[in-house]
Amino acid sequence: MNRATATQSFGVSFTVGLYGTAFGAASIAAGFSVLQTCLLSLLTFSGASQFAVAGVMGAGGTAISAIATASLLGTRNMLYALRMAPLLRVTGIKKVIAAHITIDESTGVAISQEKLGTQAMKQGFWLTGFGVYTFWNIFTLLGALGAQAMGNPSAWGLDAAVPAAFLGLLWPNLTNNFERVLAVSALVMAVVLSPVLSAGLPIISTVVLAVVFGWKARI
Amino acid sequence: MSTFWIVVIGSSIALFLLRYSGYMIPEKYLTNPRVLRINTLIPIVLMSAMVGVQTVTENGKWVIDQRLAGIAVAVVALLLKAPYFVVMVSAALTSALLYRL
Repeated sequence: MNRATATQSFGVSFTVGLYGTAFGAASIAAGFSVLQTCLLSLLTFSGASQFAVAGVMGAGGTAISAIATASLLGTRNMLYALRMAPLLRVTGIKKVIAAHITIDESTGVAISQEKLGTQAMKQGFWLTGFGVYTFWNIFTLLGALGAQAMGNPSAWGLDAAVPAAFLGLLWPNLTNNFERVLAVSALVMAVVLSPVLSAGLPIISTVVLAVVFGWKARI
Repeated sequence: MSTFWIVVIGSSIALFLLRYSGYMIPEKYLTNPRVLRINTLIPIVLMSAMVGVQTVTENGKWVIDQRLAGIAVAVVALLLKAPYFVVMVSAALTSALLYRL
């Protein structure tokens, strides 16, 4: 076992796992029960998709729009799987497990071990995947229980903490003016459409902007 | 079955199928540069849209209340490069304070 890889995997797992608290609280504020919140973390296990589900349902969206939004965000995981498949070369039940823990972090740590060799890359993937899974689920439960104990979300500022959590996740992705213009356009579009379309649709309809901007951009 | 249960089960199945298909589908079908480019922009639009909807709407109506003040404080915290935790807590405190006034 490579020590540098193990240390990095643990660091990433714990830091990311802490965000599970925010998801647990957001999910309760959106109307999910503690059990449902924990199942979302155990079974979907994809931060962005889970926050999206909480966001759409919190706004009163339909099941279809929540699942569709989560799936659109989940396509990223499919692309990571594509990258990891030739590295891991897994079959059977191992392939099922590898698929479930294919997330931003496990892929990211695996790729960053390239200099240390294939073995370290594999280690990084498995250690980070299992590490994030463990911490993410523990902190989801804690966040959910904490939010449930609070009662009225508005009295504790949870109604602002949830969009602030999204904003904090989004912020590091806005590295140039192209992305900032896109982000503001999407925000305005969703707000303007809110009184017109049924809940959930104003959010998912902004994918049109991603397609238009991505199509026109220089590749 | 309640809507919430449908969402829990539906999104779990969807996410698993997406990931598993990545281990099954030949690479050539998914590596079109344009598809990759659009895919990196999708989280940006969806998250931005959610920030907007959750800050200034309620049940399909525009509502300006304590949440907007909370998000304004969060933006300031982000501009000052505050850690993620500080961003969330400062937004929550601002909003809670105004709500209770």
